[in-house]
Amino acid sequence: MLLTNLLKTSTFRLAVIYLALFVTSVIALLGYIYWNTAGFLARQTDQAVEAEIQGLAEQYAQGGLPLLVHTVIQRSRDPRQSLYLVLDPRGNMLAGNLDSKPAALQGPDGYVEFNYQRRTMEGVERHAARARYIELPEGFFLLVGRDVEERRNIESLITASLIWAVALTLGLGLIGGLIMSRNMLARLDDINRTSREIMRGDLARRIPVSGTGDELDQLAGNLNNMLEQIEALMMGMREVTDNVAHDLRSPLNRLRNRLEVTLMKPASEADYKDVLEKTISEADHLLATFNALLSIARAEARSSREAMVDVDISALVLDAVELYEPVAEEAELTLKADVPEGLKLFANREILSQAIANLIDNAIKHGRKGEEGGEITVKAALAHGRVVLSVSDNGPGIPEADRARVLERFVRLEASRNTPGSGLGLSLAAAAARLHNGRITLSDAEPGLCVTLSLPV
Amino acid sequence: MTAQPLLTHDVCELEPVTDKREGEERGKVRILVIEDDIEAATYVVKGLRESGHIVDHAGDGEEGVTLALSGTYDVMVVDRMLPKRDGLSVVEALRENADATPVLFLSALGEVDDRVKGLRAGGDDYLTKPFAFAELLARIEVLARRANPDSVQTKLSVGDLELDLLTRKVQRAGQDIDLQPREFRLLEYLMKHSGQVVTRTMLLENVWEYHFDPQTNVIDVHISRLRSKIDKNFGEPLLHTIRGAGYSLRAAD
Repeated sequence: MLLTNLLKTSTFRLAVIYLALFVTSVIALLGYIYWNTAGFLARQTDQAVEAEIQGLAEQYAQGGLPLLVHTVIQRSRDPRQSLYLVLDPRGNMLAGNLDSKPAALQGPDGYVEFNYQRRTMEGVERHAARARYIELPEGFFLLVGRDVEERRNIESLITASLIWAVALTLGLGLIGGLIMSRNMLARLDDINRTSREIMRGDLARRIPVSGTGDELDQLAGNLNNMLEQIEALMMGMREVTDNVAHDLRSPLNRLRNRLEVTLMKPASEADYKDVLEKTISEADHLLATFNALLSIARAEARSSREAMVDVDISALVLDAVELYEPVAEEAELTLKADVPEGLKLFANREILSQAIANLIDNAIKHGRKGEEGGEITVKAALAHGRVVLSVSDNGPGIPEADRARVLERFVRLEASRNTPGSGLGLSLAAAAARLHNGRITLSDAEPGLCVTLSLPV
Repeated sequence: MTAQPLLTHDVCELEPVTDKREGEERGKVRILVIEDDIEAATYVVKGLRESGHIVDHAGDGEEGVTLALSGTYDVMVVDRMLPKRDGLSVVEALRENADATPVLFLSALGEVDDRVKGLRAGGDDYLTKPFAFAELLARIEVLARRANPDSVQTKLSVGDLELDLLTRKVQRAGQDIDLQPREFRLLEYLMKHSGQVVTRTMLLENVWEYHFDPQTNVIDVHISRLRSKIDKNFGEPLLHTIRGAGYSLRAAD
């Protein structure tokens, strides 16, 4: 993976922004710590110096110069780190533990910062000091200060740790960001690579899911589901093509053979006419199959969803019943309708009509025939926010194992091979149910078959 | 632009309609076929001529408009997809020129939506490819008759069969015939097109308003029911089955 690639990722950009925010907070936090530690020490020193000057000034006021010098000599012996110096107007040292007046000038806060030589057991050390001086009347000079060497050391220690802390935060954040975006990028790369492989035709590929259930996993899961659906559709297409090939090829072949055989030897005009008529009827049958396939394709097309309007389902069902009533009667079946008035549904009238017609058609073909008591019942009802349409017969029915299969295109059970039909009637009804976001179920009408379309309002 | 014969096949050479009397002969319909598929056009033109009609052919939309505006036709058969100018725009152009010649669209696009578009553009009927020639012929003849509508009739009669649209009564030879509402509409449609062939699809579309073919021949059963009511027990049958095409209601000459 190229570094520039990495830097371009949105994850990395995000990581950098977070890092900047984080570093700012860290600096603010450390600043506060600094103010509370090193700053506190500095303020304490200054307060101590101030207090001492105050004290000495009071001594001077009470006992004049001699008391001051006496006090300073006494205090100078104190092993603590206070520094004193009292000079006469000519600059001679009267008392104190400093060698000379510091060369540095008084700062704006009234303090001088300087270095001095401190005598210790081990010898002379150069120490940092901070002091304040006042001019006494008659040209005398008093300086009170503190050795701040130790404080300086603590300060620089604190400063150093703070700088290190910021540097570490920056470094770790940067590395963390890089690692995070690398991981993210690696997973996105997986998705991209898999997509490319799928585009190249390997439809069986799936995007790896890490199992953490995060957004990327959800994305991968959704993409995988989509692929599943696409693959199922492709499989369906292939199956349909195979079925079309099978179901259209045999009649086409028959048609061709018949014409060929007729042409082999001279025949009478009546014979020719007969063959031609048979050919036309076969072609019509082929066309009917073709149209049924087209209807299903249409029901599955998006445009059918756009052609939806408010449909009076009651009227639609009753019209279909009325259309088939004479046919049922001819087949010695009773066609009953149990349809309440005023059922409405936002639907594709054409496709739904055809689906209902197909169901009634099927029931007439497969219902109990030639015997007494053959009956077909068409029901419509509104239940739990769904329009439920059902067509049931009291014929032989369909064994449970075959029920799912008959919804597929061209499936005609062996038992019904001899009845006319394309094997597409139920497929269209199933497609119509899908178009209306509903479902189709086949159940046992005890005896017989009951096909139910359940369509959400 | 003059009409250029696109078809070289002898049956399909263009015969511009010049002799008006020929077109006025009984039953003869002057038809303009605008279709770019030469084989399909040949077959349609040949079939229509053999059925006794006078047919011109245009191979693209531009030529179609020119021919349509220069000639007088009773019916036009227009393919939806044409070179230079598509079928819809051809018909729109004609309608803008106040040409009300009935138009039958031929199309491989069979969706309800396309049908609606065709009819909205000014078409009068719509036939999806592939179609049976008998279906096309029946529809053309119905359209040709519609071009000269008789004054609004409230009573229809064929032979001794009478249908009153206002009282909704049907009588044959003075005898009342009781019909269901749908049977009444079926008979009404047949009577309005008496003497013509109406196909099963035409009946489904116009009487039931279904634009699909049911798997079973439901129309045949409805017709036989109607026939048993209007023809049974009466001497001469009026409702005839036309083999390979459909039905025709007519009295013997």
